[in-house]
Amino acid sequence: MLTNLTMGQYYPVDSLVHRLDPRIKLVLTLAFIVSVFLVNSLPGYLLIVGFIFLAARKARVPFRLLLKSIRPLRMILIFTFVLNLFFTAGDQVLLEFWVIRITSESLRQAVFYSLRLVFLVLGTSLLTLTTSPVALSDGLELLLGPLKKIRFPAHELAMMMTIALRFIPTLLDETDRIMKAQMARGADFESGNLIARARAMVPLLVPLFVSAFRRAGDLAMAMESRCYHGGEGRTRFRVLKITRMDWNACLTVVLLIVLIILERTFVPASFPF
Amino acid sequence: MSIEVRHLTHTYGEGSVLKTVALDDISFTVEPGEFVGIVGHTGSGKSTLVQHLNGLLKPTSGQILIDGQDLNGEKVDRRALRQRIGLVFQYPEYQLFEETVAKDIAFGPKNQGLPADEIDRRVRKAMESVHLDYGKYAEKSPFELSGGQMRRAAIAGVLAMEPEVLILDEPTAGLDPRGRDRILTMLEELRAREHTTILMVSHSMEDMARLASRLLVICEGKLAADGSPRELFSRPGLMSSVGLDIPEAARLCAVLRAKGYDLPADLYRPEELREHLLRLWKEASAC
Amino acid sequence: MNTQVRIQANNVSFTYEDAPSPALSQVEFEVREGEFIAVLGHNGSGKSTLAKLLNALYLPTEGRILVCGFDTGKEENIWEVRRRAGMIFQNPDNQIVATVVKEDVAFGLENLGVPTEEMYPRVESALSAVQMNRYADSAPHLLSGGQKQRVAVAGILAMEPSVIIADEATAMLDPSGRREVLETVRSLNRNKGITVVWITHFMEEAAQADRILVVSDGKIVVSGTPREVFEDIDRIRDLHLDVPRMTALAAELRKEGMPLREGILTVEEMAEEVERLCPLKSAT
Repeated sequence: MLTNLTMGQYYPVDSLVHRLDPRIKLVLTLAFIVSVFLVNSLPGYLLIVGFIFLAARKARVPFRLLLKSIRPLRMILIFTFVLNLFFTAGDQVLLEFWVIRITSESLRQAVFYSLRLVFLVLGTSLLTLTTSPVALSDGLELLLGPLKKIRFPAHELAMMMTIALRFIPTLLDETDRIMKAQMARGADFESGNLIARARAMVPLLVPLFVSAFRRAGDLAMAMESRCYHGGEGRTRFRVLKITRMDWNACLTVVLLIVLIILERTFVPASFPF
Repeated sequence: MSIEVRHLTHTYGEGSVLKTVALDDISFTVEPGEFVGIVGHTGSGKSTLVQHLNGLLKPTSGQILIDGQDLNGEKVDRRALRQRIGLVFQYPEYQLFEETVAKDIAFGPKNQGLPADEIDRRVRKAMESVHLDYGKYAEKSPFELSGGQMRRAAIAGVLAMEPEVLILDEPTAGLDPRGRDRILTMLEELRAREHTTILMVSHSMEDMARLASRLLVICEGKLAADGSPRELFSRPGLMSSVGLDIPEAARLCAVLRAKGYDLPADLYRPEELREHLLRLWKEASAC
Repeated sequence: MNTQVRIQANNVSFTYEDAPSPALSQVEFEVREGEFIAVLGHNGSGKSTLAKLLNALYLPTEGRILVCGFDTGKEENIWEVRRRAGMIFQNPDNQIVATVVKEDVAFGLENLGVPTEEMYPRVESALSAVQMNRYADSAPHLLSGGQKQRVAVAGILAMEPSVIIADEATAMLDPSGRREVLETVRSLNRNKGITVVWITHFMEEAAQADRILVVSDGKIVVSGTPREVFEDIDRIRDLHLDVPRMTALAAELRKEGMPLREGILTVEEMAEEVERLCPLKSAT
């Protein structure tokens, strides 16, 4: 039942993009997000689309899988589209009836804003599809490392993330088991109104919390007994190395940004939209 | 109440690459009053099987008939049927959640919609059955009990529903010898007093030798053997072929027989073996 | 003195915060290099507390514990003690930190600040010592209980300890898992000379130890070889423990007059005695 849930989004194949250093991937994703916000014209968007296509192919991630990541956002997308379509001021009226007034400016903005959202999701999904959660937390820890000087708990955050990832399957199993055990005692999780259902959760949530606390206590003790004492003086088993591939990836993204800036500067804003 | 399992098959992840057959064409009937031991390696499908018996899982194919009624039939009140078959999960103490032991034990009967005085009667009786003193423990938080007591309180929570059939999944796992013995004694008493049909999953063949009137051996989702402990423990190589042990008494019997001693093949209880060994010794010292 | 003392407990008492009475009182014992010691006791007897004291997870309220010569009560010794006396816990799920087996084995090394290049061979040899090298890249939650416990053993082994303390490490496993973990630790004891303190409530496991300590109400009440300890059946049962089945059977037969030798623990030993006392006629 619950155990069927897959862990995160990670798509485990070996590819050029998968092998990139997670730090680089994080930075590049950030750069990509910025570049998406720089774009405000059709040719610009075409560049972005081209880039995503290229990256997805190099990552050996099926495009359909990538598109699936948009699905959870479809309500927000529709909302963005409709809001922009109806409430953007403009002169060139395309359609008008009752209080609704659609102009070519509002249509343009609705399309572009929605696209921007789509690209943001696609870009970040590409990151999570090609980077295991552990690699991500590693990358984050190392990128945020310099902030340790101002007492930012980079190591602790990454450790928390690792432990969370490690215990998600365990706690899912546990939830499934407790739920069944309570059902065997006649608990009903499915019928009744909202309040009845919320109350029905108590026999599930209390044991789950008790168990999570017990596990946390056990784990803390096990970690201490294995000489864990925070991030200080700690070495790393997994070392990240920046390779030529990483530089190539950087260059590609830089190229994308340069092209977008060139396009913004030299192609008239009205062409063809 | 009888339970009839007909060609039960259960497949996890049907239609996906991860498809695994957890149970494969299992058939057996449990008659009222039996004490059935279910044994098998971890991952053999035992837990999946017992979850079918009270309708928590639905068969991919096959049927489970409770007194002739299909548990998963369309017009069947599954919750009502389920209440007649109590299921105690592994480490049941992890399901305790109420403020007091009494309230926790009352959870099942309350879900059955029983009146308050009947619930109270059942809570008292269930606590007595598991040897938890009502006066001393009823108002205590279940989380203040010792591990063995928590386990018994959780079992009481199922007993309070007064099931006709009690199914337990490794009820003694993780307990110390005293805790184990208490649970086993409690089951013996329950059977003698209430004639409850009991199905118990356990890895301990010694416990099975002590309690079971019948054994079901599950191996890789199939019913590998079904018979009395006497029959199965004495069949050479049967238990070891499915990766299970036999009780030490049965093993001693087999070792001595292999050496040529005149012993019945089907001894498996220490007290039986004691009689025969004394006989052998007396015979040997007579001449 | 040809063998070194690995663990020395002098008059150790421990009281939990807010507890009215001590969990352990005036415990005194010694474990020598290469020994395999089993600690028996019912739940709440104090055996788990004892384990945690040996690893400096708890510090004695009174008395002193030396692990490989390091006083656990001294703040500066804490990492030396934990590195030398590695600990395996009861619940296999709650002691694995990382999401990949080999990374979990490396966890202790990372904490000790071992250079990365040095980690790889140490992780690899630790994993092969527990025969888990095939699973180096697996996710821990997909392993069986016995396999998880072996990973935990490897995690300790990588730190090159002198002592392994197992706190009911087999309590949650099935019989084959139990055998697998006990065999692994026993072979480390035999082949690498690692001293073992094995806390359990399975008598069959304790029967395989060099020496048994029985803990009850926070005190060591019986100690000796398995044969000595289990021979006093009434005493052991009074302590809410069990004796191996063959030992119990032998005692009953002896009561009936059959002159079986003392100290029978296993089926094989029992069969030998039966052969000695009741020789087969066909042999003559």
